Amino acid sequence: MTELHINGELRTVDVPPDMPLLWVLRDVLRMTGTKFGCGIAQCGACTVHVDGKAIRSCLLPVGSIGDKAITTIESVGVTPAGTRVQKAWLELEVIQCGYCQPGQIMSAAALLNAIPHPDDADIDAAMAGNICRCGTYVRIRDAIKRAAAEA
Amino acid sequence: MADDALPRPTPASPSRRGVLAAAAGGALLVGFHVPLPGRSTAAEAGTAFNAFIRIDRSGVVTLIMPQVEMGQGVYTSIAMILAEELDADFGRVALEHAPPDEAHYKNPVLGVQATGNSNSIRAWWKPLRQTAAGTRVVLVQAAARGWGVPVGECRTEAAQVIHDASGRRAGYGELAGRAASLPQPTDPPLKQPADFRLIGKPLKRLDTPDKSDGKAVYGIDALPPGVKFATLMASPVKGGKVARVDDSKAMTLPGVRQVVVLDDLVAVVGDHMWAAKRGLDELAITWDDGPNANVDSAQVWRQIRQASTREGATAKQVGDAASALSQGEVISAEFEMPFLAHTPMEPMNCTAHVTPGGCELWLGTQVIARVQSSVAQTLGLPPEKVVVHNHLIGGGFGRRLEPDMAIKAARIAQKVDGPVKVVWTREEDVRQDVYRPVYRDLLWAKLSGDKIVGWKHRITGSSVVARWLPPAYTKDVDFDAVDSAVDVPYDIPHLRVEYVRDEPPGVTTGFWRGVGPNNNVFAIESFIDELAKKAGKDPVAFRRANLDKTPRLLAALDLVADKAGWGSPLPARTGRGVAVQVSFASFIATVVEAEVDEAGEILLKRINTAVDTGIAVNPDTIMAQLQGGLIFGLTAALYGEITLDKGRVQQSNFHDYRMLRIDQTPPIAVHLIKSGEAPGGIGETGVTASIPALRNAIYAATGVALRRMPVDRSLLARGGRA
Repeated sequence: MTELHINGELRTVDVPPDMPLLWVLRDVLRMTGTKFGCGIAQCGACTVHVDGKAIRSCLLPVGSIGDKAITTIESVGVTPAGTRVQKAWLELEVIQCGYCQPGQIMSAAALLNAIPHPDDADIDAAMAGNICRCGTYVRIRDAIKRAAAEA
Repeated sequence: MADDALPRPTPASPSRRGVLAAAAGGALLVGFHVPLPGRSTAAEAGTAFNAFIRIDRSGVVTLIMPQVEMGQGVYTSIAMILAEELDADFGRVALEHAPPDEAHYKNPVLGVQATGNSNSIRAWWKPLRQTAAGTRVVLVQAAARGWGVPVGECRTEAAQVIHDASGRRAGYGELAGRAASLPQPTDPPLKQPADFRLIGKPLKRLDTPDKSDGKAVYGIDALPPGVKFATLMASPVKGGKVARVDDSKAMTLPGVRQVVVLDDLVAVVGDHMWAAKRGLDELAITWDDGPNANVDSAQVWRQIRQASTREGATAKQVGDAASALSQGEVISAEFEMPFLAHTPMEPMNCTAHVTPGGCELWLGTQVIARVQSSVAQTLGLPPEKVVVHNHLIGGGFGRRLEPDMAIKAARIAQKVDGPVKVVWTREEDVRQDVYRPVYRDLLWAKLSGDKIVGWKHRITGSSVVARWLPPAYTKDVDFDAVDSAVDVPYDIPHLRVEYVRDEPPGVTTGFWRGVGPNNNVFAIESFIDELAKKAGKDPVAFRRANLDKTPRLLAALDLVADKAGWGSPLPARTGRGVAVQVSFASFIATVVEAEVDEAGEILLKRINTAVDTGIAVNPDTIMAQLQGGLIFGLTAALYGEITLDKGRVQQSNFHDYRMLRIDQTPPIAVHLIKSGEAPGGIGETGVTASIPALRNAIYAATGVALRRMPVDRSLLARGGRA
């Protein structure tokens, strides 16, 4: 049995320790907000926070997390940065198909946690791991700046 | 707002519904009722006026969406069109996915229930306005009769009928029951654009709040009770079969429940995707590759190059191009486009439950009726026994115009007890796609000064239409493959456009965002830049000299040249490229500015695009589609190429089938031109624009005339092969 601290709750799951967190969230705990995109940490759709840092859950074995705090898209809105990011995302109408956006929002919120007022290079560095096939990058950049301005 | 009313992944039942009455104003409800005109459904569902509008007693207006939402914002735009003529309260509308029903929901232009070809708004603009206006008429009639006042003294606003003289008001909810029994006029008066309250305003999308916090439910999120999880591998060579499978190791893995072996694919079923994936990795599968075992890209290109030497079937003939091109200097060039995969961010998936007399499916699809009919045929069931739940789509781009993921899931589900969710790995998604065809275009032109006086364009490639919509393939011409070529926007007195059908070995081809115009606009606009050079003219000036018959495009060109600072000095190895197009009934001019570094790598600097798409239903959505479409095209131009070896697709995931990322994305400015013309298509136009504009920027920066995509850096490096 593995104990996980997810969105402020203690969850116990009976899964192999090498099972990636992504599938535990989606298929075992049925929290489907976190998305599967590539399975090899190339696209960022599966991004969650572990102790506030953006991590690709598709390659993160559940057995390696220990008592660190996991935050997912379902709960990132309770954090100040997450709230601001979600608000800016809707104000600037960033989202198109939306499938990559949980990952984009998680990466953006982690960026603002680490760097409250990122410049373009900071945004590039933090967000280049998240692919958006609809091509919402121009608005993602603008929305991160708006969310930062409201801090 | 009741929290339990939000759409949840479980349980996926026909009564699931969610109303998001957010402060932002949107209301999104997704359900699966089949509305029948004139029939009152369950009280909570409200009264159906027709296939598109239902009104409940509380006045909530449910709008049934005949086109699917895959990011293009169409749920909001279609809701705006309906709500406009209905005078609904846009803050109290609910949306519903249409069920499979060709009779009511076939796209009026495509003739089938499909979302594609940038056709949603173009096709539904008038019919939906008429439907909603007719519904409004009977609501007014019901109120006027009740009050004993003339219909002409009543007006409507925010889902109410109002009689100003007496100060009486009645909500649509209280009128619905009586109104729905009145005959709705089929050709009611429509609003004048000056009276639009919603159309033309950049309204917030109805689908995005749920997409910002993980609540949105895509096909891949469906979790019917008791669902198991599966992943699959189909024959890596088209037409290949399973020879044998050793599953002894896979079956020992924890969570692996079953290995399903069909003649052309193998699936592993488990307690979760991880078990299924590991199980698949541990299978020892021997394939019989079949007749395509030795197909490679070199063979594909040899074949199409040979085919392109044939004269094609006539797609368009104006004047006498043969004579015009028979004397004097004829300029010619050849252009080639590669196979492309779609790679929507939501990998292919479908959840299926096959029972003795029926089948239930959960997925996101651009062709719900085709999914229903093809699965019914596969399983030997009548179509009505196949229930299909459509979902929000995590990227379509043409890939979800195919029913293959549903057919495969249903075939696997036949062997599984209970529902099974079949999710493709990204590798399977890349390798089992239907690919954008390879194309080869030959162009010939004759100039007189700066005027084009003769033109011939031969397009050689696979016909997607012939496979996908056979009755539409006539006279040996694929109307999509020649789109934007037969209607080339330039004034050319002698013109011939012809089409050679050539089906590549070893792959199935499919529609890909931008479809035929993607290839044709690239070839034409690249060639135009070469003609401009030949004429000794600036590319914008040369286009201006040949665009007299297309004033809307000329206006877009002038605007974008101004916004892009066309003609102002640039650093060395930096260039601006222009491309103009009439595609999907929109008029678009684009300037890409790019730098080519010493190694031949491309640095995108900025993009300007000017668009006249007629009446802009939701201007913000149009801007977003252009921004995203341009990036989609740049991805293809810079990276996109699927290659074959030993019958197998060589690419597999985002490390070897690359996508443009945010750090490479330049500022993009979209300039919307006000217009009173009927709306054009927009979802694919950015894709067709950016590829030739980038190619021409590289031409300006380096003098290298690229003739094929994707960009070959080795031709551009200083001291390179060029």
